[in-house]
Amino acid sequence: MTSLHEFCEWLGATDVSVGIQTVNWIIPTVQTVHILCIALVISSAAMINLRLVGAVARDEPSAAIAQRYLPWIWYILPIMLITGTILVVGEPARSLENPAFQLKMLLLIGAISTMLIVQRQLRRDPLFWERSGRRRLAASGLAWMSIMLWVGIVFAGRWIAYLQTAAG
Amino acid sequence: MLTEFFQWLQDSQIATTIREDGSYFPWIESVHVLALTMVVGTIAIIDLRLLDLASRHRSVHRMVIEILPYSWTAFAVALVTGGTLFASNAVKYSENWPFRAKMLLLLLAGLNMALFHLVTGRGIKNWDPAVRSPIGARLAGGISLGLWVGVVACGRWIGFTMNPF
Repeated sequence: MTSLHEFCEWLGATDVSVGIQTVNWIIPTVQTVHILCIALVISSAAMINLRLVGAVARDEPSAAIAQRYLPWIWYILPIMLITGTILVVGEPARSLENPAFQLKMLLLIGAISTMLIVQRQLRRDPLFWERSGRRRLAASGLAWMSIMLWVGIVFAGRWIAYLQTAAG
Repeated sequence: MLTEFFQWLQDSQIATTIREDGSYFPWIESVHVLALTMVVGTIAIIDLRLLDLASRHRSVHRMVIEILPYSWTAFAVALVTGGTLFASNAVKYSENWPFRAKMLLLLLAGLNMALFHLVTGRGIKNWDPAVRSPIGARLAGGISLGLWVGVVACGRWIGFTMNPF
């Protein structure tokens, strides 16, 4: 039976992984691109969320804000995933076996799902989240959840570096 | 003179605690990273608007008004957390070249922003969203974007060129 640990050992011994490990500018450069992507995604998500809770651009409907920022999130997420994958291939055991990394992936699924729910309803009806007090409350709830999830993603991401020794 | 100040800084109670008890550093650093992603991301949104690459249905003026307060709030948090991390090992950080480069780039980004607000962006209220941004504004946006990419890169390089512990 192949365990996660064996998979990490196998991946870590491949030519691609060894290449990433030996050329020492690759990891910091890829991390820089990764962080820049997170900056754009988290800020775009923040603008949408802040509109949903009614903190910014109240002269515009939520749908207009979502239309402005959502494309950035969807275009940049793949770059984030690609750079993230390069980092995982370069240091498989440090990441895949790391509880901080595993938590980060869970939170990411949550954050993407939350955004998809917001977007889906806005596509059906641009005023969906503004139609009633209850809807507005639900929108606020989703927005706060999204904000917390993104904060958690950044924290878990930074903690990968600190929990690596524990994961071996 | 400056070295003496850095030495005094890292001998302070709070700096010594952070240096000796390793459990504070990752938390402060996490808040620093969160704050800097908000600083860089929100400023990039404005830069991309200045470059006419995004948000063209919204006026530059409106975007600056609604976004910049968040950039400044996040910057204040990044400054306090970054300053605390710096204090924990002030002498060593001050001698680290990516750290020095980062400070220089931050200074340039600040000057670029001041120049925009004081000179190029003076008539910002009257800019017509249907027309391209003035050349000075596009230049300011491009320069800002480049400088902030540099700030993030240098910041990441600090971690690879010096060990705080």
